[in-house]
Amino acid sequence: MTGQDLHTIARDPGQPGDADEQFKSGLLELIPFLRAFARSLCGNPDMADDLAQEALVKAWQSRAMFTPGTNLKAWLFTILRNQFYSDRRRAWRQAGWDQDAAERIPGSSSDQIAAAELTDTARALRTLSDEQREALILVGAGGFSYEDAAAICGCAVGTVKSRVARARKSLLSLLDGDESLGSSERSAHGDAAHEIMAELDRLVPSGPGGTVRKRDKDEPR
Amino acid sequence: MTKEPKTDRDKGRVVRVRQRAIGRELRRMYDDVAREPIPDEFLDLLQKIDDSGKGGGKA
Repeated sequence: MTGQDLHTIARDPGQPGDADEQFKSGLLELIPFLRAFARSLCGNPDMADDLAQEALVKAWQSRAMFTPGTNLKAWLFTILRNQFYSDRRRAWRQAGWDQDAAERIPGSSSDQIAAAELTDTARALRTLSDEQREALILVGAGGFSYEDAAAICGCAVGTVKSRVARARKSLLSLLDGDESLGSSERSAHGDAAHEIMAELDRLVPSGPGGTVRKRDKDEPR
Repeated sequence: MTKEPKTDRDKGRVVRVRQRAIGRELRRMYDDVAREPIPDEFLDLLQKIDDSGKGGGKA
């Protein structure tokens, strides 16, 4: 009976189990976004999924440190981001004697091979610095506020703002000089540069200004 | 051929239009991944950590 009493005291009846369940279903809901963020950080889909899984395990192990009611998504993204950078530091350290590890370093050789398959925007994104890319993705694609993005990246809000601004500027000039990205014959679909030119042709000549909005044609892949 | 923007106002508009298109492309790339069905390995992983939680105490 003592054992049972201890058990009861240690686990406030019902509560921790419920909290764990809630936490787990929170993680489950966020997996798609976690994968998307991981993919944008390291480019390579398999590595990104490994990274996302590592982050999930770490989040589960650290669940006691999460304050319920606060932003689980931002918390989870922070874990993933830290994991990404520490994995990469480790990979760099090993690079001297482990060629395989060196080749798995995110943002290096293996990515460049994959880059042939990417759209111009994706290629341009790879040329940004890590800081600029993550800031732009969090704010521009992930829908995070500058404040949350700053918390995830561990920097000041103003820093995130300027990184996003610089990232946008670089992307724009990179996509301007389309050729310099070594764009292949595939000018097929989802190609921002082409979309831009098409949109410009529509807007600039007659240009009723400001509020012209054409419908997003989300092309099926 | 595309028109060369002449005035600053035109240039500003061109930049805004381009920025919007790039923004859409970024979101599309991100959303494409987010819309993929969750791979089984993720579900297995959650199941596994769940079991280990119920087992009481982590390894």
